[in-house]
Amino acid sequence: MKNAVFIYSPEQLGYKFSDSHPFNHKRLLLTMDLLKNINALNDEDIIPARVATDEEIALGHDEKYIEIVKKAGHGLLTPEQGENYGIGTEDTPIFSNMHEASALLVGSTLQAVDYVMQGKSRHALNLGGGLHHGFQGRASGFCIYNDSTVAIRYMQKKYNARVLYIDTDAHHGDGVQWAFYDDPNVCTLSIHETGRYLFPGTGNVTERGNGQGYGTSFNFPIDAFTEDESYLEIYEQAVREVFEYFKPDVVITQNGADAHYFDPLTHLYGTMKIYQEIPRLAHKLAHEYCGGKWIAVGGGGYDIWRVVPRAWSYIWTEMNDLPLPTGPLPKAWLEKWQPDSPVPLIPTWEDPSPLYDPIPRKLEIEEKNAQMLTKALHMIRAEKR
Amino acid sequence: MMIIEEIMNKDVHSLAPTNTVKDAIVLMREKKIRHIPIVEQTGKVVGIITAHDLKNILPSTIKSDLNLTTYETPLENIMVKNPLIGHPLDFIEEVALTLYDSKISSLPIVTGGRLVGIVTTTDLLYTYIELTGANKPSSKIDIRVTDKPGILSDITEVFKMHHANVLSVLVYPSTKDEESKIVSVRVQIINPLSIIEDLRKQGFDVLWPNLPGVDLS
Repeated sequence: MKNAVFIYSPEQLGYKFSDSHPFNHKRLLLTMDLLKNINALNDEDIIPARVATDEEIALGHDEKYIEIVKKAGHGLLTPEQGENYGIGTEDTPIFSNMHEASALLVGSTLQAVDYVMQGKSRHALNLGGGLHHGFQGRASGFCIYNDSTVAIRYMQKKYNARVLYIDTDAHHGDGVQWAFYDDPNVCTLSIHETGRYLFPGTGNVTERGNGQGYGTSFNFPIDAFTEDESYLEIYEQAVREVFEYFKPDVVITQNGADAHYFDPLTHLYGTMKIYQEIPRLAHKLAHEYCGGKWIAVGGGGYDIWRVVPRAWSYIWTEMNDLPLPTGPLPKAWLEKWQPDSPVPLIPTWEDPSPLYDPIPRKLEIEEKNAQMLTKALHMIRAEKR
Repeated sequence: MMIIEEIMNKDVHSLAPTNTVKDAIVLMREKKIRHIPIVEQTGKVVGIITAHDLKNILPSTIKSDLNLTTYETPLENIMVKNPLIGHPLDFIEEVALTLYDSKISSLPIVTGGRLVGIVTTTDLLYTYIELTGANKPSSKIDIRVTDKPGILSDITEVFKMHHANVLSVLVYPSTKDEESKIVSVRVQIINPLSIIEDLRKQGFDVLWPNLPGVDLS
């Protein structure tokens, strides 16, 4: 069995709102080129994406909404008609063939799922996916179709699997959470910047699921200006304890790379250290609890030059048990992309230290996060006692 | 502004003056409530019993002997008589003020001489949570403005230019000085950067993002 497959087709780059839009899948090219330059990614690792059928997309979305997206992408929808569906907004503008582009991203994640669930590969990576804000009948926060929601339903239906979803995007994974809020067989875990200011505003510790699904939604809202140590303390305890509590058959991780200090949309102060650790623990626990079955998708990440390529490369090297890349980045990569980048690229795998000025209320922020962790895990800790 | 009718609990659990302390304990436990209006057969509210009242008259919880005479006491002997009541058309702010001023935690709602609902501090708190919280995916932007006419219109013009859907607007006094106010806007957008930039271009003091507790208000 292969260790891991990398799902990619150039058509994934067709998910593009405009040249100036912050969501930019050029990230995929930058990441792949970096991995190829360190000889970590070969052509035989790459599995082409496929297009999800309407029936598959309907596992997570209303048929009416799918029709609206199709119309929008074919120029048959006025902005007013799209408004009720979150289409044609500043966040999610209409672009040509937007249904086809979105269906391909969903299909890519399904492709990743099939490789893992059919035992062709232990792990699978689809960096084009992770569009966690998509709602059943509405686009939201740059996301049209929610590939994770569809993929989880697909795994339930086709493989009867018990699924753990872990979301480390700096924004709350609301779309996926609400889709499975009542479902006891899917557990969602999201670590994100508190919704006090940041989109989407939800993801409070008190959101724990509903009805039969009560106790299978976990939220860890961390304070703005949270740094590496506090972030990783929350991540490690949260993920370990929820794995142990829920005992999933398979894990799907959403790897938004926007909790970094450089990210323009969020206010967390992470560095490359968190992106080294996140896949490492997910990988370890996937082997402990799920016989290795681990699907990873992308997500947010709006500093596509300095943050995303390095952060996402770590997922792939981890999946393949390669040593953690360190030291200078390949010269060829830097020379190739620097001319296109509006900012000077970081020349090493590690971030410069210090990356930013000290945070005035660091200790209080750490203390507040630790209190939040206790509240969020209270139920499963009480049950263990 | 909302009226009490819209938020009150219409499925009220009440007892008669002749019911006993034991009845009240059982009802509070079963329904997970803390307040029981005491109602005559005509529907008239003649008293109220709270969990706090019961705790005061009961012996230690270490003993659980339900044969004690205390448990058989009729509620009319221990209830608060002729409690404050409210009307379905009362404004929520009025009720909040009544509860706050009188240091009480619930208000039976009466119309036509009959009990039709009850509102507790918890219900009011939830209403305020809904006012300030995120019911739909949105970002929040805090702006410090001079306290003068027309400012809100200038601000909303910027949101309109960006076709951004505003979900809620709160205006509250700044704790720093009396001349300014904070306008807090929830807007249905993940990327508020261009809005913030335009607000700043027009001279508005956008407080977001800020260091927690360092720069706010």
